[in-house]
Amino acid sequence: MPSSALTAAHPLKDVAASDSALRRFLHGLPGVDAVGLEGRAASLGTRSIKTTAKAYAIDLAISMVDLTTLEGADTPGKVRALGAKAVKPDPTDRTTPSTAAVCVYPDMVAVAKEAVAGSGVKVASVATAFPAGRAALDVKLADVRDAVAAGADEIDMVIDRGAFLSGRYVKVYDEITAVKEACGTSARLKVIFETGELSTYDNIRRASWLGMLAGADFIKTSTGKVAVNATPANTLLMLEAVRDFKAQTGIQVGVKPAGGIRTSKDAIKFLVLVNETAGEDWLDNHWFRFGASSLLNDLLMQRQKLATGRYSGPDYVTVD
Amino acid sequence: MSDTRLSVLKTYKLYVGGKFPRSESGRVYEVSDSKGKWLANAPLSSRKDARDAVVAARKAFGGWSGATAYNRGQVLYRVAEMLEGRRDQFVREVGEAEGLSKSKSAAVVDATIDRWVWYAGWTDKIAQVVGGGNPVAGPFFNLSSPEPTGVVAVLAPQESSFLGLVSVLAPVIATGNTAIVVASEKSPLPALSLAEVLATSDVPGGVVNVLSGRTAEIATPLAAHQDVNAIDLAGADESLAKELEIAAADNLKRVLRPQPVDYAETPGIDRMTAFLETKTVWHPTGSLGASGSSY
Repeated sequence: MPSSALTAAHPLKDVAASDSALRRFLHGLPGVDAVGLEGRAASLGTRSIKTTAKAYAIDLAISMVDLTTLEGADTPGKVRALGAKAVKPDPTDRTTPSTAAVCVYPDMVAVAKEAVAGSGVKVASVATAFPAGRAALDVKLADVRDAVAAGADEIDMVIDRGAFLSGRYVKVYDEITAVKEACGTSARLKVIFETGELSTYDNIRRASWLGMLAGADFIKTSTGKVAVNATPANTLLMLEAVRDFKAQTGIQVGVKPAGGIRTSKDAIKFLVLVNETAGEDWLDNHWFRFGASSLLNDLLMQRQKLATGRYSGPDYVTVD
Repeated sequence: MSDTRLSVLKTYKLYVGGKFPRSESGRVYEVSDSKGKWLANAPLSSRKDARDAVVAARKAFGGWSGATAYNRGQVLYRVAEMLEGRRDQFVREVGEAEGLSKSKSAAVVDATIDRWVWYAGWTDKIAQVVGGGNPVAGPFFNLSSPEPTGVVAVLAPQESSFLGLVSVLAPVIATGNTAIVVASEKSPLPALSLAEVLATSDVPGGVVNVLSGRTAEIATPLAAHQDVNAIDLAGADESLAKELEIAAADNLKRVLRPQPVDYAETPGIDRMTAFLETKTVWHPTGSLGASGSSY
């Protein structure tokens, strides 16, 4: 795995040396052709994926799911049930792959960890005053350390959108690096931009580069808590960013669209985007994830349909 | 300027989830009258249309089955009102489809509208007839009540394109089920026009979904579908019915076998009870006093 830190000699090392340098760099990124981006995302969405390719895509998508429960009403029992589902998504068919991870709030990490113990399924935890991110840095770091200490393998942090939108890029950068440090070597860091709140595609591109420069292991579209979540267009934009970042620095960064992806058809469209934009290197759950909860049931129903030839129904998957 | 007006031909479409889509497959087939004259192109549904219809019907089931029986009766009566307003159109379509004279066709349409009204009246009465309190040897109230089965696939009769259709569809939705109707293969137009009536009355989208096309092609995935709870085989011939019944056994669907029916007769309640399940609850009456009763 390539290191996720820029070496001292790299030309991009100094872009975050000062607020003005960082602003110059981010605003110097090429502007996004919105019509072209949406057109490209839409045209890639028309690919027809059938039979064996579809079976492969469905299994791959299942293995990329971060099975998520982020409700105020989460109980240990619900998290345990979710963990069991992540390990064996379809108990009637043991060839079904496990999901990549379960994603919970920090106080549920210990419960989740126990539920997936020994299975290879990771535990991701949202942190840093998720979903708003409106808290002091100390509080955010304490949140992260708490989750890491409880055994979280991955931390999903939110950026300070208020600081980003008012142009205080270094503040956002410093926060990400501080959280990255708090994650230590044991946890991978996913940085959530909440693209639905960033207003423009240009901002999404800037945020992606900012996150990657600051040491994100993953860049993630959204929290799933606002009206606009992952769309094919903003995910395509972020995939272009990780591709370009790897070309320039050699560092590979993962992408995680989250929220609003509910059907297998949608998931397969995203996989096409990954393959056509970032390339095969990203077609692995180490580098691409779906933040979702109801998506898994649809994937399982499609999988059953392919296996049996009959359309399945919600009576044959769990109610979460 | 010429005084001959260009004819405005109607594009018949499917009815799925309260919308009027074309077939997902993009296919159509020619529908002709009893003498072989072309009438219109109807959508030739594929299994994906059937799948979409099941999703729509499942989504609508909670609201429709949860509505009060009285409300369902009102909604169905409203359908009859709307049918009355389109009477002339249906008289023409049924006459063309079944080769009937105008007066015979009008009689069929009137009978059909009366059939809706008849079933609309049953919505809040069926529970008294097939449910009730059961005498049990213990300190319990024991109550049985009929509950809708769920999503029902209905293969409409092939010959009776309107009266037959309503005679199999109305009992299914009157009791709170949601339906996917496969219209008569040869004469689907009255069914597709009925969908327009349903859309403009108060029936929620998805409660009735109408598909046209080859009955065998659409019915096969419906019979095997794990999220369909029952199937009415009225429009299937003997060999197809057998095949579908085998496919339906997989998730223990309720199956109503095809039987010879005179749709002009008063139907009785069998088609309603076929898609009802009986729920029985035991409710303790409380501890018994010395007198043997707590009252």
